[in-house]
Amino acid sequence: MLIAILSLTLLGSLLGLGLGVAAKKFHVEGDPLTAEIEALMPGSNCGQCGFPGCPGAAAAIADGSAPVTVCPPGGKALAQALAAKLGISIDLGEVADQGPQIAAVAEEICIGCCRCIKVCPTDAILGAAKQIHNVIREACTGCGNCIDRCPTEAMTMQPVPVTLQHWIWPKPEMVGA
Amino acid sequence: MSNTLRPPLVAAPYAVTPHNVSRVMLWVAAALAPATVFGFWLYGWPAVHLWLITIGFSLFGEALCLRLMQRAAIPVLLDGSALLTGWLLALSLPPWAPWWLGAFGGLFATIIGKQVFGGLGQNLFNPAMVARVALLISFPAAMTVWVAPLPLTNPAAPGFIDGLRITMGGLPAAFDGVTSATMLGHAKTELSRGIDLAHSLVTVGAPADDLSGARAGSLGETASVLLAGGGLLLLVLRIITWHIPVAMLTAIAIPALIFHAIDPTRYLSTASHLLSGGAMLGAFFIATDYVTSPNTRLGQLLFGAGVGFLTYVIRTWGGYPEGVAFAVLLMNALTPVIDRYLKPRIYGRDRRGKALEIAEESTS
Amino acid sequence: MGILDRFFKSHGPDWGVHPDDHKRPAADAPLRTLPVPEKLYIPMQQHVGGPARPVVLVGQAVLKGQLLAEAQGNISAPIHAPTSGRVVAIGEITAPHPSGLAQLAITLASDGNDTWGERQPVVDPFSLSPAEIAKRTAAAGVVGLGGATFPSAVKFNLGKRLKVSTLIVNGGECEPYLSSDDCLMRYRASEVVDGLRIIMHAIGAGDALVGIEENKPEAIAAMKLAAEPFGNVRICPVPARYPMGSDKQLIQTLTGKEVPADARAAEVGVLVHNVSTCAAVHRALRLGEPLIERIVTVNGGAVATPGNVFAPLGARVADLLGFTGLTQEPARLILGGPMMGTLLPHATIPIVKGASGILAFDAREARVPEAGACIRCGSCTRACPMGLLPLEMANHIRAGDLEGALRYELSDCIACGCCAYVCPAHIPLVQYFSHAKGELSARERSKLRNAATRRLVEQRLARLERETREKAAAAAKRKAERDAAKARAAGTSVTEASP
Ligand code: SF4
Ligand code: SF4
Repeated sequence: MLIAILSLTLLGSLLGLGLGVAAKKFHVEGDPLTAEIEALMPGSNCGQCGFPGCPGAAAAIADGSAPVTVCPPGGKALAQALAAKLGISIDLGEVADQGPQIAAVAEEICIGCCRCIKVCPTDAILGAAKQIHNVIREACTGCGNCIDRCPTEAMTMQPVPVTLQHWIWPKPEMVGA
Repeated sequence: MSNTLRPPLVAAPYAVTPHNVSRVMLWVAAALAPATVFGFWLYGWPAVHLWLITIGFSLFGEALCLRLMQRAAIPVLLDGSALLTGWLLALSLPPWAPWWLGAFGGLFATIIGKQVFGGLGQNLFNPAMVARVALLISFPAAMTVWVAPLPLTNPAAPGFIDGLRITMGGLPAAFDGVTSATMLGHAKTELSRGIDLAHSLVTVGAPADDLSGARAGSLGETASVLLAGGGLLLLVLRIITWHIPVAMLTAIAIPALIFHAIDPTRYLSTASHLLSGGAMLGAFFIATDYVTSPNTRLGQLLFGAGVGFLTYVIRTWGGYPEGVAFAVLLMNALTPVIDRYLKPRIYGRDRRGKALEIAEESTS
Repeated sequence: MGILDRFFKSHGPDWGVHPDDHKRPAADAPLRTLPVPEKLYIPMQQHVGGPARPVVLVGQAVLKGQLLAEAQGNISAPIHAPTSGRVVAIGEITAPHPSGLAQLAITLASDGNDTWGERQPVVDPFSLSPAEIAKRTAAAGVVGLGGATFPSAVKFNLGKRLKVSTLIVNGGECEPYLSSDDCLMRYRASEVVDGLRIIMHAIGAGDALVGIEENKPEAIAAMKLAAEPFGNVRICPVPARYPMGSDKQLIQTLTGKEVPADARAAEVGVLVHNVSTCAAVHRALRLGEPLIERIVTVNGGAVATPGNVFAPLGARVADLLGFTGLTQEPARLILGGPMMGTLLPHATIPIVKGASGILAFDAREARVPEAGACIRCGSCTRACPMGLLPLEMANHIRAGDLEGALRYELSDCIACGCCAYVCPAHIPLVQYFSHAKGELSARERSKLRNAATRRLVEQRLARLERETREKAAAAAKRKAERDAAKARAAGTSVTEASP
């Protein structure tokens, strides 16, 4: 009898140990640090989210007071990345997203008023008074601040085209989910 | 040639192995069949009924869970894994056990042993063994009523209806005389009563008998030769690799050899160990369960050796005469750890994952 | 012992898979030549690196072999006219890519004469300096023809710099269905051997090992014959096992060396070139012909007369399939082999330099079995030639934990497809890995971009601050001046008043 009790106890504790180790092993790390989130944000501090710049938005997302969909320039892609980071699921259908966009100047109607230059957080607009302005594609973050400033509606947001270099295989559909 | 082929976007490779999960499971079932049929012949209709009931309830348990999760049950049932779980469990039960033992076991195996963990591939423990151990602990009496073989051809054997009565209502008095102990159980009880093996084994089958398998036991512990044959079939088909069975049987054989040589009156011989109990079934069909065993060759060797050694230890010094189920569960618990530490070496890296040094050109 | 051997002894390598190779009868059919189609569509990016830049104008007449587009950047390759004719368009066409996205291409209307332009053959390439050979190879637009399409000359220079001692010639061709390298070795073994000797000269290698899978006895025989006069060129039959034609695995099989993670093969003293690349180098040097044609295997259940076809680059898949005939509408088109090839969105896509084969699968071959749950069978782990744990990587990727997958060294995955091939649950493991690799590099890019944005924002703030400071300073200065002027005025009045 004693042996039976002993061996069962041993069995139990070993199983428990195994389970504990397994739980540790299968635990998938996820530490939603504000800094990590901030690194994901566009970083242009455009203010469209209503927070004081990207760090403010990151802090709000980290403590849950702002949804992951708060950043318009980041769009769906950012919302997805943030959701993955925080381990939450989101309904992407609600995110109004036309994919990443950048600003473009219609050269025929630009009057060279210089208004857009002043609001660009990254100095991505080139131009001088009475000259046609232009947007440096690489520097534009797509925050859209300049759009409303343009008196002639020469400034529009255009989608960034997907190129062969940037195309990504979609994640396979989940099995049986 | 149309311009608008636009096939579904699937990634390479565009060639697939002819193997698939249901096929694997069905081959395993096929490999089990000869031993099972032999068991049916040996223990008659009650065994057949119990087998059907156990499988039926494990399928039912699986379907129930899938239903509750609002998933289609049929495709999952068709993968054959629940069938196999029920089958393996049935093989490890006393053949004349009452129906509720099989039913409870079957449900337990698929619900608690498998679906609770998240279904196929997610369970940490072998479902059939989880159920067997649960039954053994909850219903020790019912789980240890063994009958001596009463082959179907024997006129005294229960017929279809009698068999049903046995399975449904418990052992009628008419067949009381046939209860018996398994070889391992008998040896253990006698030893604890102070009778050494030299005397106690006279009455039970010795290894020679074991080969034919005609003795008391569960369906899956009698026909060792047929089970080993089924195992070889799986090896030939490359459904399992040799690592786990060989390691497990070796790890039972070696301590058995040593201790039997030291004191043959206290320790059973190697042949009795290998040919009795769940050794063969365990080595080829249970320990090799994909889900709950390690994935690397080295890990499998370690795992097999662990199961074998623990089996021997439990059989010899533990409280139960048979230890395969416990040993398998214990090693199942260690599987994630083994998998973690015995990773294969990555090409171009050392065992710890650091990039290899760039060797200086020794030639030229 | 036979039976026991089967279980306990591994035959050859213990990695990889052995898919049904489907190489014959296509491999045994005689090599055919595709008549030059009326129009050729020549993409500007047929290689790894920067796309080539067109140097011709629409409407311009060109001769066969004439430069159409020049290399752009250090890693790039020029592109030449596969036949003579007129440039009719320079614009976007569908790229040979699963996404079906567009790519810049030159459309050439053949004049039917196939007139060569000027060629500069070299009688004795061994009298040229290695640098000159590399220059000519680069100018001929030769890239790795095994599928990697890395510019060959860049590799020559690398090999020269790192003092490579052994040239490994890859005639493995382990992909099922394909036999273009096999065909090349059967018909043009002497070109291959000459080309590889030129490469040895260019990189300063002392000997060459040609690895050919055992399932190509005709190619092995032809190559042995061609290599006979040269003591330092050895033809080595290797076990037929996928992915034997992968550089790392071939190096390991032939030399026993392992290329350390994150290192290049040249760093362990070997350099790998494909047999077709060798033949292209031979043509570039001895004949002065740029890379404008190649042997393409046309195979698959929907093809009426499968076999190897010598085709000009820029011919469309539809042209080739029309030439070999179809027995039925293909259910799937693949560029390259079934294990690592590219899914084509449709048949109006041109042949490019790296196109070793066109597979037109019938419905049975194209069947995609339903993916199930992983049963942790470990088949994938045993098959992986890199020793990775595909199931663990896929689990992490499924959970969105890409960093977790990286910890299992996802970056070492060569996308060979062995794991997904053997998986009995048919989990699209490679797609998980491709997705994760793409996603990770996209994140890397956006991280860089974010950092750049932040820098721009800081610079702007600094500028604004400087401007306000300057404005304030200017204002203060003006004020001071005004004050001083005022004080002066007041001072005079005071002095006037005080006495
Ligand atoms: S993990 Fe990568 S390298 Fe390994 S078998 Fe799969 S595709 Fe090949
Ligand atoms: S081969 Fe497929 S089922 Fe088997 S362990 Fe790998 S991923 Fe899982």
